[in-house]
Amino acid sequence: MQYDHIVIRYGELSLKGRNRKLFTTQLQQNVISAIREFPNTRVQKKRDRMYIVLNGENPEPIMERCRYIFGIQSLSLAIKVENDEEKIKENALALLKQANPTTFKVTTRRSFKDFPIGSQQFNQVLGGYLLVNTENITVDVHNPDLEIVVDIREDATYLTSAKILGAGGLPVGSSGKSLLLLSGGIDSPVAGYQAMKRGVELEAIHFHSPPYTSERAKEKVLDLAEKLTYYGKSIKVHIIPFTALQQKIHREVPHGYSMTVMRRMMMRISEAVAQKENILSLITGESLGQVASQTMESMHAINAVTNYPVIRPLVAMNKDEIIAISQQINMYSISIRPYEDCCTVFVPRSPKTKPRLEKVEQFENAIDFSQDIEDILNNIETVTISADNQSSDQLDDLL
Amino acid sequence: MIYLDNSATTKPDPDVLHSFQQVATHYFGNPSSLHSLGMDAERLLRKAREQAGGILHVNPTEIVFTSGGTEGNNLAIKGIALAHQNRGKHIITTSVEHPSVIEACEGLKQLGFEITYLPVDSDGRVHVKDVKNAITEKTILVSVMHVNNEIGTIQPIQEIGQLLSDYPKIFFHVDHVQGFAKVPLNMNEAKIDLCTISGHKIHGLKGTGLLYVKHGIKLFSLAHGGGQEADIRSGTENVPGIVGLVKAMRLANDRYYKEIDKLFDLKHYLMKALSKNRRIEINTPERESAPHIVHFSVPGFKPEVVIHALEEKDIYISTKSACSSKSADESQVLAACGKSYDNAASGLRVSMSFDTTAYEIDKFITELTTVLDKLSKVMG
Repeated sequence: MQYDHIVIRYGELSLKGRNRKLFTTQLQQNVISAIREFPNTRVQKKRDRMYIVLNGENPEPIMERCRYIFGIQSLSLAIKVENDEEKIKENALALLKQANPTTFKVTTRRSFKDFPIGSQQFNQVLGGYLLVNTENITVDVHNPDLEIVVDIREDATYLTSAKILGAGGLPVGSSGKSLLLLSGGIDSPVAGYQAMKRGVELEAIHFHSPPYTSERAKEKVLDLAEKLTYYGKSIKVHIIPFTALQQKIHREVPHGYSMTVMRRMMMRISEAVAQKENILSLITGESLGQVASQTMESMHAINAVTNYPVIRPLVAMNKDEIIAISQQINMYSISIRPYEDCCTVFVPRSPKTKPRLEKVEQFENAIDFSQDIEDILNNIETVTISADNQSSDQLDDLL
Repeated sequence: MIYLDNSATTKPDPDVLHSFQQVATHYFGNPSSLHSLGMDAERLLRKAREQAGGILHVNPTEIVFTSGGTEGNNLAIKGIALAHQNRGKHIITTSVEHPSVIEACEGLKQLGFEITYLPVDSDGRVHVKDVKNAITEKTILVSVMHVNNEIGTIQPIQEIGQLLSDYPKIFFHVDHVQGFAKVPLNMNEAKIDLCTISGHKIHGLKGTGLLYVKHGIKLFSLAHGGGQEADIRSGTENVPGIVGLVKAMRLANDRYYKEIDKLFDLKHYLMKALSKNRRIEINTPERESAPHIVHFSVPGFKPEVVIHALEEKDIYISTKSACSSKSADESQVLAACGKSYDNAASGLRVSMSFDTTAYEIDKFITELTTVLDKLSKVMG
């Protein structure tokens, strides 16, 4: 016996009203893109669920991929059989033998009412058949090791067993686009992930200061962005040549305020990139009170340069909660690679934790930064990390 | 050529060789170097580690790349013994292990360790109750192979792991060299702490392999130095070999999924054909044995003579394991199974790969019958 389908159940999507189709179509696209490297698969969309037809592909890695796609409530491996009592029995027995549990139960759903046996009665018929044809396996209707679900539909019957929880949320791409400030630390990728969970499609911006920050730091950010594509769509990463501006800030702004000014510059540049890319909001990994730039006063002074909504998914989370998510989504081991990013070079010994907005503005007004910003905007390197073509990496071909 | 000695070594996959050459040519940087050549090599190494972790369903940080099965087994056994000897100096293993396990244990005897070699039944299988009875206060390690390299018997790894989960102080090492991509083994479900895999048994290259070391387990290093491989195995990483190994793992895994039934069919076919020949005693057990190994004895016949006679027909099989075939006479594994001297001294092993075809097996059966008939006039 071999599983030939994966059943995908929608979560809150099925609660959507008339625009539900937009969501399910988006989800279908994301699933197709996520499993593109398995060329024999087909993704079929039905009103209340989706099927991946495996056509002989190994289901395990495909299930693993799908677990991370937002908009999926749960997943199961399934066998598709004809609406025929004997065929159902035969395959259910094979499925039970393969799983080899101590206890089981049968749950029948019969949406195809022309099937001659009622669902309650079929539970008993099939349960009895399975008991007679196996040894040392008993029925437990309350706490079974294995629940065999028999879903009798008009086109066919689907037999499923274990249900795996999906990532939930909304399909990426169904809630518009946002620009993530991606540093390479632990927080910002988690912030991006949390936003994606609500259907946001991402682009990312990274501030790079060679030679103070190494190529490996940039590599790290691209690796994080690649991990993020597993949860949704392709991601464009805008790499900002930040060295000259950072040096100028370091030279000309009093040290206590240099961090605040640098952050404001990052916001200004991010807003400009967002505007150019038709993106309507920014996302940061800030968590209130974590470091000097994330106090209430700093956020106030830094946020003052933009009118764009700044989404801060982690603002009320503790560091250990953020780390836990980072580990779950396999970002942590990348985030802790020990390369400096632009925020950790040129750091003053004691940055102001309570900067005053008038003072910052006063310092900035004394210096002309307009040319520097223009130079930066003209020299952005944009790398597109493709969600459906991850194996296009030269290195991956070698493996 | 009909090559049926795949448990000794396999023919490298052309794709693996291609990758090896590409990496050796273009990514020769030292992964620890700061410049971009080093960075590319480091990235490749990281990707290889991630892929290996993915295939084994473990964390990439739990993979230690080695030079192969012998080093993996030595590192696991001596590494645990030397790091945890203050807890006790007793090690349990079986009497049918590969020499790299048995000799590592014998070496430790010289340092005051006590070794228990568990007996096996006539199928070559160790019993969980014997493992349990052998455990003492001083036991720190149990080492059991998954698939026997001579006769293909599968050991009850899952049950032993289950038993050992009641003894949190005892580490569990599994030599999975013959089992990888042939008999599934889940590190988490079988509660394995250390697991050895070798590259050249799965169409990778000689000098490559890995040891799975469960997170948090401390090993005494056998190669101190620059701190590579999480400080467990220093020495500049063999990036081309590692890439080849991981590629071979992926290819073997894919073939397992698609072709394992075919391999089982070939084995059953071969066993059935051999069982019809009255001169032959099959040593590979009917149940719970690997899909690629068939071992049998032809009492009264010198195995070397049979091997060379087949070689003249361009068919390659072996006596016992290549690593022990230089030691004279009877197979220790067969002797441990309680076989007679006649049986144990006349063993022959056929080991297949996913490339083996039904035609080759048919040809082998025919030639073997002819050879035995011919030799019986001289020897029998």
